[in-house]
Amino acid sequence: MKISRTEVEHVSRLARLALTSQELDALTSDMDAILDYVAQLNALDTEGIVPTAHAVPMENAFREDEPRPGFTPEQALSNAPDAAESAFRVRRIID
Amino acid sequence: MEIYDFTLTELRNRLDRREFSAVEVADAYLVRIAATNPLINSYITVCAAAARSDAAAADLAIASGSAGPLTGLPIAVKDIFNTAGLRTTCASRILDGYVSPYDATAIARIKQQGAVMLGKLNMDEFAMGSSNENSAFGPVHNPWNLDRVPGGSSGGSAACVAGRQAGAALGTDTGGSIRQPAAHCSVVGLKPTYGRVSRYGVIAYASSLDQVGPLTRDVRDNALLLQAIAGYDPADSTSVNTPVPAYAKSLTGDIRGLKIGLPKEYFIDGLDADVQKAVTTAADTCRSLGAELIEVELPHTAYAVACYYLIATAEASSNLARYDGVRYGLRVKDATNLLDMYMRSRATGFGAEVKRRIMLGTYALSSGYYDAYYLKSQKVRTLIRQDFLTAFDKVDVLLTPVAPTPAFALGEKTDDPLQMYLSDIYTIPANLAGTCALSLPCGFSADGLPIGLQLIGKPFDEATLLRTAHAFEQATQWHKQKPAI
Repeated sequence: MKISRTEVEHVSRLARLALTSQELDALTSDMDAILDYVAQLNALDTEGIVPTAHAVPMENAFREDEPRPGFTPEQALSNAPDAAESAFRVRRIID
Repeated sequence: MEIYDFTLTELRNRLDRREFSAVEVADAYLVRIAATNPLINSYITVCAAAARSDAAAADLAIASGSAGPLTGLPIAVKDIFNTAGLRTTCASRILDGYVSPYDATAIARIKQQGAVMLGKLNMDEFAMGSSNENSAFGPVHNPWNLDRVPGGSSGGSAACVAGRQAGAALGTDTGGSIRQPAAHCSVVGLKPTYGRVSRYGVIAYASSLDQVGPLTRDVRDNALLLQAIAGYDPADSTSVNTPVPAYAKSLTGDIRGLKIGLPKEYFIDGLDADVQKAVTTAADTCRSLGAELIEVELPHTAYAVACYYLIATAEASSNLARYDGVRYGLRVKDATNLLDMYMRSRATGFGAEVKRRIMLGTYALSSGYYDAYYLKSQKVRTLIRQDFLTAFDKVDVLLTPVAPTPAFALGEKTDDPLQMYLSDIYTIPANLAGTCALSLPCGFSADGLPIGLQLIGKPFDEATLLRTAHAFEQATQWHKQKPAI
């Protein structure tokens, strides 16, 4: 077994996904098969190889530190499921 | 010949000669869409009123002599592009109610150049899939055989162009999502070099792999649409500030002396016999046009799928963390606290494949596993990229199949995610390497299903890719075939 159901439950909490028991079972089986497959990467010697984070050679893509127009508060809130006083309203955070 | 049978190039000529108006073109397409969409299901949103109004504006521009290359041309776009004032779904329930407050740069560019946007196209949810069966809006059906998948994730885009429901389409490609559906639907699909086209406003799946590209009926149309969208964008700091050549100039028809590499790792067991035959015949056609065929090696090919499904899922888990019910989209109504709101909104809104990839990616990045999975894959990615750079020292383009088989049946691979992932073997490496690649029609299987040819080019050398594709296309009739629908 490359991954246990308990580990899958732990990952689901990290991923902020409320999975059902059936989903957890199915995912345990799927992830086990996939992790088993990707383990073949261990056959490759990558000692001293620099990881590729960016496929084209590029560095320091900066711009001038000048303000530019952005959204108005109305635009930013235009899709809010719940908005009040120019802010997104959610459940209480601090008790 | 109906109006919807003309290529973009033909429409441009006829519109400029006032053979018909842009409004007549838009109307012809809207009627065509209404008639065929119930069968193909390529459109999620049709913009009938806006299309007619854009078309009327295009007619004024044409009449006053101020028309540009795209003025009045009918284009549809994958529902992954933000389009101001219009709903954008990414084929997911988690974006229920979301209306884009802005245009993606690629959209702004085509609109500014006078294109008429017909609507938003179906896709695999969050661009995760190879069959367009992972959509909250139902699967797309291949216009060549409605029981077959069109490919994915830009399945709606490819089916739309093949089914003559738009003059052309824009899609995105992260592991093959333009090229593979293009092959399954017999259209031309290009994934530009990473950084060639702005990703600003494109809903992100895997940020180091995603690229925007055109799907069209022929190579000339593809060059036209690439010209319109390519180029540096200050709003996308991964877009590269190098000049955009005049792509149409490359369409010379001349590939004498071109060195074409055939990577031996791509022609192995598991490749369907009809696909093998069509692709090797295509290589012979290129030789008869004066190109030289050279065998090359891309030794790390077999590791590409594993590498991709760790990097892409890791990046996706990060990109999709923003869907939390706070600022837009689905929010469950009866959440007891904030965490509950996040967990149940996401569980309710995301489909099964999206959840699977988020879970894999989260695991690959998690404490204790990061080095073994994510970091390891990034090193393997370096080896894969190096394979291409080494090959490109010897040859100008690579020629390969696009998919191991023609389009499979709807429902055939949905039970086995790993089987589905393995079918991306030929397209994934170009995304990992960051270079450009194109799929174009090269034949049909014994049961009439399209087969695509892949050409892979050097980074930022879309010109040679288009030249090669165009020369092959003009020496064959595949691009003239149409499905019966």
